[in-house]
Amino acid sequence: MGIWSCLGKDLAEVSESLRIGRSGIVFDPVRKEMGFRSALTGKVDMPDLKAELGRRQRVGMAEECFYAYAATAQAFRQAGIAEQTFLDHEVGILYGNDSSAMAVVEGVDALRRKKDTTLIGSGSIFQSMNSTVTMNLATIFRLRGINFTVSGACASGSHAIGMGYLLIKQGLQRIVLCGGAQEVNPIAFCSFDGISAFSVREQDPTRASRPFDKDRDGLVPSGGSAALVLESLSSALERGAPILAEVMGYGFSSNGLHISDPDLDGQVRALNMALKMAGMGPSDIEYINAHATSTPIGDLVEARAIDAVFGAHRPLVSSTKSMTGHECWMAGASEVVYSVLMMQGGYLAPNINFEEPDEASERLNLVSRPMDRRVDVLLSNSFGFGGTNSSLIIKRYAS
Amino acid sequence: MSTVAQREEIEARTKVFLVEEFEVQEDLILPDADMKETLALDSLDYVDLVVVIQDNFGVKLTAEDFQRIGTFQDFYEHIEQRIARA
Repeated sequence: MGIWSCLGKDLAEVSESLRIGRSGIVFDPVRKEMGFRSALTGKVDMPDLKAELGRRQRVGMAEECFYAYAATAQAFRQAGIAEQTFLDHEVGILYGNDSSAMAVVEGVDALRRKKDTTLIGSGSIFQSMNSTVTMNLATIFRLRGINFTVSGACASGSHAIGMGYLLIKQGLQRIVLCGGAQEVNPIAFCSFDGISAFSVREQDPTRASRPFDKDRDGLVPSGGSAALVLESLSSALERGAPILAEVMGYGFSSNGLHISDPDLDGQVRALNMALKMAGMGPSDIEYINAHATSTPIGDLVEARAIDAVFGAHRPLVSSTKSMTGHECWMAGASEVVYSVLMMQGGYLAPNINFEEPDEASERLNLVSRPMDRRVDVLLSNSFGFGGTNSSLIIKRYAS
Repeated sequence: MSTVAQREEIEARTKVFLVEEFEVQEDLILPDADMKETLALDSLDYVDLVVVIQDNFGVKLTAEDFQRIGTFQDFYEHIEQRIARA
């Protein structure tokens, strides 16, 4: 696995943040000057890749590609995958990404300024496409397997893992790098801020993202990148790879209703499909990493969906978005990385800022303080605009 | 500006943007060195080279112009002539 987020720049740093409940949210004065309703954001540093990648490799990379390269390199390194693996096998790549807004705007700005398309520069086209991450990384790492980007709104990263899982399960791929990437710049988030979806608790940035809390008032945008190497069990055993966990089930559904409102039935169908695919029942799930973004309606509906499916067993639940903010296209992948880190570390990250439940979250078994707990089976939810839902079930690997 | 001073200015500015944009070592940018080989230019790099030349000298070079430019010396002369004609 690999991670580059507002909680840290590698697995160890991020795990420490999760363990102690450290928030990565800050106030960004630039956003206020630009006319944002909320200037809150996750603080994500840009990796300096000049020493690792040449100019031609970097020129087509949008902001999110820099994060994705850092996360992907970490994941390949941890999995013991190097150049020879790419020559021996058709390694694939699937990333969740649903925008490259800043690159698009910069390209169009250059055209407006110069009034000549040939003066935009060569990098703009490769930075501007949603597939900027997969096209760049497939080229850099010389990947020869499946190669495309999943655009499924805030469930993109989760669907990317689900797709990789299905391809491996079908026997069509043996190794697929799955991940999610999200640009963090203000241009990427201005229109999202414009529909009043963000928390305006600007005086207290680290307490603004408060999933399931009665006084939540919106999400906080963030980003970065997360990557996981998915591999068939036989291939991993053959390579002697360090196996961290197994993907057991992938449930998906579409609400077919409102463009931004969540739907109980759609979420329940995704949850039940994931359980069915995993051959598990609700009582097998010990921990749920909720999608809960800290919006009034989103958290309410998800709490009801979790209660509807798991109410009789009340697994432990937390939303790491309380610390990270909403990592959008990346969230489905990063939250699996966060959850597996908890599984490895024998702890559960707290849902910080949860002080008082509402009528739906009072029925959940929420983790509001750091907790030492061994978890062997967990579920990660991701829901997105357009009514796209994804649930993944992950199990500790036992040889 | 005298011709000598202008030539020196073109050379100096060229070195700055090539070191910055193309990350080439400054000591490799010699008058007699082959420009394409020194910068390891592919077809996409030419697109970016046109942009930085336009940004720095206000002239736009075409593919035909580049066919006539072999060394950095050729490039400096070409830019000097274009500026003089402008």
